[in-house]
Amino acid sequence: MRVTFTVNGERMTADDVWPGESLLYVLRERLGLPGSKNACEQGECGSCTVYLDGVTVCSCMVAAGQCEGREVGTVEGLADDHSEGSERRLCAVQEAFAEAGAVQCGFCTPGLLVQADDLISRTAGAGRGVPEDPEIREALAGNLCRCTGYEKIIDAVRTAARREHEQVGQEAP
Amino acid sequence: MEFLSPATWEEALAAKSAHPDAVPIMGGTDVMVELNFDQHRPSALLDLTRVAELAEWGPDGSRVRLGAGVSYTTIIQRLGKHAPALAQAARTVASPQIRNRGTVGGNLGGASPAGDSHPPLLAADAVIELASVHGVRHVAAREFYLGPRRTARRDDELIAAVLLPERAGPQHFCKIGTRNAMVIAVASFCVTLDAATRTAGTGIGSAGPTPLRAVAAEEFLTAEFDWQGAGPLSEAAVRHFGELVASAARPIDDVRGSADYRKHALSVMARRALSWSVTDYRKGEAQCA
Ligand SMILES: Cc1cc2nc3c(=O)[nH]c(=O)nc-3n(C[C@H](O)[C@H](O)[C@H](O)COP(=O)(O)OP(=O)(O)OC[C@H]3O[C@@H](n4cnc5c(N)ncnc54)[C@H](O)[C@@H]3O)c2cc1C
Ligand code: FES
Ligand code: FES
Repeated sequence: MRVTFTVNGERMTADDVWPGESLLYVLRERLGLPGSKNACEQGECGSCTVYLDGVTVCSCMVAAGQCEGREVGTVEGLADDHSEGSERRLCAVQEAFAEAGAVQCGFCTPGLLVQADDLISRTAGAGRGVPEDPEIREALAGNLCRCTGYEKIIDAVRTAARREHEQVGQEAP
Repeated sequence: MEFLSPATWEEALAAKSAHPDAVPIMGGTDVMVELNFDQHRPSALLDLTRVAELAEWGPDGSRVRLGAGVSYTTIIQRLGKHAPALAQAARTVASPQIRNRGTVGGNLGGASPAGDSHPPLLAADAVIELASVHGVRHVAAREFYLGPRRTARRDDELIAAVLLPERAGPQHFCKIGTRNAMVIAVASFCVTLDAATRTAGTGIGSAGPTPLRAVAAEEFLTAEFDWQGAGPLSEAAVRHFGELVASAARPIDDVRGSADYRKHALSVMARRALSWSVTDYRKGEAQCA
């Protein structure tokens, strides 16, 4: 079957999709977007996290056909979201992950970035302030990392949230 | 394999009638695991995510009608007042990403004895609305679970909604697992105190071939509790309630826990949930006076 949906603002079409195929598979194998990772295919690890119509989901748990006409946002779209002019810049969470050393093998990183980006936009980005550690931990509870021990990841999210909070504060009238 | 994508409820019912062996898919958090691992290859998938009313909820006379496709995230955010135990249970399901997709309709469709929606639906005496091209049926949650993953739903029927009676008292849900997130229950328990009907309700999860009620425990509590004066329950009564709950369970030994451990955990959870509920009830009475 053919499935057409928007990915990171661009309309894309995948052909010959098997009806039981996951969104993750279509992104990686048919649309040339391997950023979202496949580490379990059973919803346990979060490395395949993407936005679907504005909320984060495990793309391995979504049938591609369910996305027809919908909007998907992947890790590949995070940097573009924040680009100025033609220069491609990392988004706040990506910057903070790189600075904090929150990336080791990097397999969990794309999912964590999307999930953390969502947390920050719903909290600091929405004028709700910097989330406390329990809220950060709860938001990331479905993203497994076998390398870092999570501390640097939490540090990075805290930093990105604080920066976002300061920026939102400056923009406010 | 076909992918059926009805845009309306009528179309969905017609599709289910024409393809009784089509597998409905809502959040996909159970269905996709089976497909990804090739455990099951159905003749067709019936996508219900385009049927708008399935994702709606709202008052329905004296009850709250919860569409089968309302996500756990929405239940946590919006139904805490109407259905506190179901909202507490929803909070314990998996991870935020799974809660954004997973639904009570899907939990009922799969009918795993470990599903976290079931104990609150049993305890609160919820009603499940089933529909087919032939019409609508209402089945009490207490009559819905027939056997291991077997329910009162017929092959040509879809789950439309869950009808929750108006809440008239405290409700508490407890779950035991190996950590706070991403855990299928080792055992779970729910208790409700209904001041309007002066009855207690219970639900037990992950400790039998189906979700269960502890009927003797309900009857004991209904008779023993001081509904009028909201006096405290004796320690002996609370302990006895816990024992009755444990003895209603029919658990097995498996990778998640032994039968003995499950019974023990249930008696502890039952005592705790009851104590919290009595405290809430007494506070509520004090506010009314
Ligand atoms: C990582 C992970 C963790 C999990 N943790 C928990 C947990 O802690 N607690 C818990 O209870 N569950 C858990 N689950 C299981 C799952 O998330 C729940 O059972 C959820 O409620 C399923 O809802 P869904 O909408 O995703 O269902 P789907 O996968 O879309 O469907 C599930 C079943 O219901 C049927 N179905 C769906 N909608 C209807 C309908 N309207 N009418 C008739 N049949 C229907 C489907 O055909 C299928 O058989 C977990 C799953 C994963 C992947
Ligand atoms: S690959 Fe989707 S959650 Fe692990
Ligand atoms: S950095 Fe290796 S899994 Fe997280």
